[in-house]
Amino acid sequence: MESKRHSVLVRITHWIVALSFFGLLVSGIAILLAHPRLYWGETGAVGTPSLFDLPLPFVLAHSGWGRYLHFLSAWACVLAGLIYFIAGLFTQHFRRNFLPTRGDLDWHRISNVISEHLHFKPSHEEEFWRYNVVQQLTYLAVVFLLFPLMIWSGLAMSPAITSVFPSLVTVFGGQQSARTIHFFVTNFLVLFLFVHIAMLCITGFRTRVRAMITGYGGGKRSSHE
Amino acid sequence: MSDLFTRRNLIITGLAAATGTAALGVTALLSNRYNLIPPDYGGIYGLGETLTYAAQRPFMARQSLAREFDRNEISKVAPVNGEPPEIDAYQRLLAGDFADWRLTVDGLVTRPLSFSLAELKRFPSRSQITHQACEEGWSFIAESTGVPLSYVLDLVGVRPEAKYVVFFPFDDFWDSIDMLDAFHPQTFLAYGMNGRELPTRHGAPVRLRVSRQLGYKSIKYLSRITVTDTLDDIGKGLGSKGAELGYSWYGGI
Repeated sequence: MESKRHSVLVRITHWIVALSFFGLLVSGIAILLAHPRLYWGETGAVGTPSLFDLPLPFVLAHSGWGRYLHFLSAWACVLAGLIYFIAGLFTQHFRRNFLPTRGDLDWHRISNVISEHLHFKPSHEEEFWRYNVVQQLTYLAVVFLLFPLMIWSGLAMSPAITSVFPSLVTVFGGQQSARTIHFFVTNFLVLFLFVHIAMLCITGFRTRVRAMITGYGGGKRSSHE
Repeated sequence: MSDLFTRRNLIITGLAAATGTAALGVTALLSNRYNLIPPDYGGIYGLGETLTYAAQRPFMARQSLAREFDRNEISKVAPVNGEPPEIDAYQRLLAGDFADWRLTVDGLVTRPLSFSLAELKRFPSRSQITHQACEEGWSFIAESTGVPLSYVLDLVGVRPEAKYVVFFPFDDFWDSIDMLDAFHPQTFLAYGMNGRELPTRHGAPVRLRVSRQLGYKSIKYLSRITVTDTLDDIGKGLGSKGAELGYSWYGGI
C-alpha cells in the first residue's frame, strides 16, 4: 500500500489558503493601485513626503471590488489558517515536521542545503517525505511570523478595530506604518510563493501537486528514517 | 484513496455537515435579531461583508472611542476628493454664506425639525482630533468641531423601531449608518475644521463625521437626515450610493 505524504486537513486547508491568497494578492494590488505610495507614521497623502513611491500608475477604478474581494478572501484565508494552526498544534504537525533537530541547526548544514539547491542537485528520495532544515525554517517563518504579521498589520489599518484595541496600531508607530508593513510582508510571501513553485517544478511538479491533492504520490515510503 | 470513504469518515462528515448547517441557521437568526447583517449582504462579496460587520459590531457595542491626537499632530495637508455640488440650490446657499441653509431631520421621529446653521452652532459642541483615512490609502489628522449627532437625534426623539439614520447631501452621494454609530459619542455634525469654518470642499456648511469608519462614510454637504427602520426602499436598497457604486456599506474595515 502507498504511504501518505500529507494529512487530509493539511491538504484541504492548503488549497483554501492557496486560493484565498491568490484573491488577496489580486485584490491587494487593485487596492494598492488607488494610491501606490507608502509612508511611515500615522498619516500620509499626496503633498506630504513618502517613504517609497512605487513605479506604478494611480488607478482609482478598482479599489471598490478590490476591497470586497480582499475581505472575502481574508475571511477564507484566516478561518482555514486558524483550523490549520490549531490542528497543527494538536496533532504535533509543527513539532514533528517543522521543528529542526538540534543537529540540523548548524550553519554548515544549512549552507550545504542551500548550495545543493543552487547547484540544482537532484533531491534525495527521502526529501519527498521530510522537509530539510531550510524548508523547516521557511515554513516556520511563513506560519508563525509572516501570516500573523499580515493579519496584525491588516487589523491595525481598521479604524473600527483600533478603536477597541489601539495598541494594535500604536506598536507599529501609526496607521500608515501598518500599511507599509502590510505591503512589505506581502512581498516576502510572494517571494516565498515563487520559490515554493520553482521548487515544485525542479523536484517534480506533478508528483508533489498530486501528493498535496490526493495525499499520495511518492509510492511506498522506505522504512529508514 | 479507499480510506476516504470508510463508514467512520462518512459518519463524521455527515455529523459535521449537520452541525455546520444548524450552526449557520442559528447564526443567521441571531444575526438578524441583533442587527448584524449589513444592507449589502447579497451576493458572494456580501458574505465577506456580513462576516466583517457581524464580527466587529459586538466588540464595538460598548462604544469604543477612535484614537484622539494632540494639536501638534494635526496634518498640514488635508486632501479631499470631489468638487462641491454644482446644482443651483447649493450654489445659491454657498453664495449667501449658508444663511438660508436648513438641515431637515425627519422619518421615524416624534418631532420632525429643521435647523439653521446658527442654531446648530448654539447647541453643545464637541471638538476632536482624529485620524481620517481615505479608502484609497492616504490619510490625515484633523480637528473637527460640531454638534454630536446624538444630541440632535434626542431633540427630534427617535422612535424605538428605528434601525438606521440616512444622510442626504446636495449631491447624490447619500449614505446611512446604524443606530450604534448614530449614537456614538464621536459621531457628529461638523461645521468646523482645524479651528475654522468647514472649508467648502470639505463639505460646507455641515458634514457628518463617523470616526470609526473610512472617510467616505463621513458624508459632506448635508441637506437632510432621515431616521428609518429599513433601507430597502431607498435607492437600490444597498444602504448607500457608495454600495451601489461598488464600495462596501460598512467602512469599519
